[in-house]
Amino acid sequence: MLRVEDIHISFGVLKALNGVSLEIHRGEILAIIGPNGAGKTTLVNVLNGVYHPSRGHIFFEGKELTKMSPHHIAALGINRTFQNVALFKGMTVLDNIMVGRNLKMRSSFFSQGIYWGFGQKEEIRHREVVEKVIDWLEIEHIRKTPAGMLPYGLQKRVELGRALSAEPKLLLLDEPMAGMNLEEKEDIARFILDANEELGTTIALIEHDMGVVMDISDRVIVLDYGEKIGEGTPEEIRKNEKVIKAYLGTGVRR
Amino acid sequence: MIFAIEVFIGGLLVGTMYSLVALGFVLIYKSSGVFNFAQGDMTLLAALALVGFLAFLPLWMALLAVLALMIVLAVAIEAIVLRPLVARPPLVLFMATIGLAFLLQGIGQGIWGTDPKGLSIGISDIPFKVKGLLISQFDLVGGALAGGLVFALVWFFQKSRIGRALRAVSDDHEAALSVGIPLRRAWAISWTIAGVVALVAGIMWGSRLGVQFSLSLIALKALPVLILGGIDSIPGAIIAGLLVGASENLAEVFLGPYVGGGIQTFFPYLLALVVLWFKPYGIFGREIIERV
Repeated sequence: MLRVEDIHISFGVLKALNGVSLEIHRGEILAIIGPNGAGKTTLVNVLNGVYHPSRGHIFFEGKELTKMSPHHIAALGINRTFQNVALFKGMTVLDNIMVGRNLKMRSSFFSQGIYWGFGQKEEIRHREVVEKVIDWLEIEHIRKTPAGMLPYGLQKRVELGRALSAEPKLLLLDEPMAGMNLEEKEDIARFILDANEELGTTIALIEHDMGVVMDISDRVIVLDYGEKIGEGTPEEIRKNEKVIKAYLGTGVRR
Repeated sequence: MIFAIEVFIGGLLVGTMYSLVALGFVLIYKSSGVFNFAQGDMTLLAALALVGFLAFLPLWMALLAVLALMIVLAVAIEAIVLRPLVARPPLVLFMATIGLAFLLQGIGQGIWGTDPKGLSIGISDIPFKVKGLLISQFDLVGGALAGGLVFALVWFFQKSRIGRALRAVSDDHEAALSVGIPLRRAWAISWTIAGVVALVAGIMWGSRLGVQFSLSLIALKALPVLILGGIDSIPGAIIAGLLVGASENLAEVFLGPYVGGGIQTFFPYLLALVVLWFKPYGIFGREIIERV
């Protein structure tokens, strides 16, 4: 579904990604793991067009999106969440998720602006989808609350909702469970699995909690110093020498 | 008492025109997080262009022509000024708008000259009596026009899809891009709207004060309005505009004689200063909550 071929990107002398190639298959949950500074977030930023690689190519459903800007990539069906929640803080939860739905709204510029006729019908139709997402994520009680006022865990959930409301084909989640307690993590894990199974959304996620990664992902890719050092099922990754070294340091004897 | 009410109403009506200018600032700030120093000069340019076109076009065609000019201007500003400065700190963008202000002023005066010009759109400035109160017809039309524009804009920002997208852009550029909002188009739209507001303000102020350089200085009158109302609140701009208009009029008439008059010019700033003490985000401004 998505193919990354030999991408390089550097910031000054730091090679953030150094010849990474990978594939994301339709319908899977792929976890991207690695120590801090391994280039995971950079990879997500390259995939959704925030950064453009200095070398290499990215193809999505046969289309090259290497040099595309984020809003074009979003229009192709790739949506994401951010490591440090990037919600529209002054807007209500409902408005946040409606904005996420923006892309699916097709009526012409003027009827959207003027809200008559088709524009209004469309607004109501999309509102229904959004209400479903809200219902599904169990955030009905905070629909009208400004997003910035919510506790962190709920903000992450709203951000997931905003991304899902666009019905993306590929969803990139940058540490969706960071800073959460066990119960919140379990909730998010359940939503991710449900999105994958019920909506058929392909998911690539960055996560540090190995327990969660091993439980929910079909495949795991390991990055270290901007290079891919391992790829396989969770079981294979657990036994991979290189991965163990990167995580535990070279001094460990086994 | 009758006189006090007249002064009050006259102040309110002038206040609607302050609101109008402040509104231009709020719109740009809401959608791109930039304090647009050039708003006053956009007002001047719109008024100059209107006078220029009126020399050989009927009123409605001249209005359309100026409208087209403001749209072209908005798109050009986005492409030439804003696009190269994406993701720079707000201060850099602010500096760019200062440059823009001088540029627009120069272009306007270069083409249409610096001497004051009259602008008449066919509304007389003769006061008439309602229940014993003297009210200026011109102020009344200006007030109605500003009120209508404000109502339309509030509705647009709160209810329409594009308004929602513009609010999203002002909140977080990167997140807005990631959900598929084209940043450039959003900016061009909000500068166009600010251009339209500048046009209306230019017509109203221009026909009252004459079209000349000092027109761009009414932007300074918008500053206390923005401080009072909060720079990101449309209703705030309206109410603060009314407040400034009414209070400066009342202060001039009733306090002025004791201090030798002329307090109209600085009273709004005094008011703004007091408000800053108690409400640093303005009366209606959004308090920014940073979680660290």
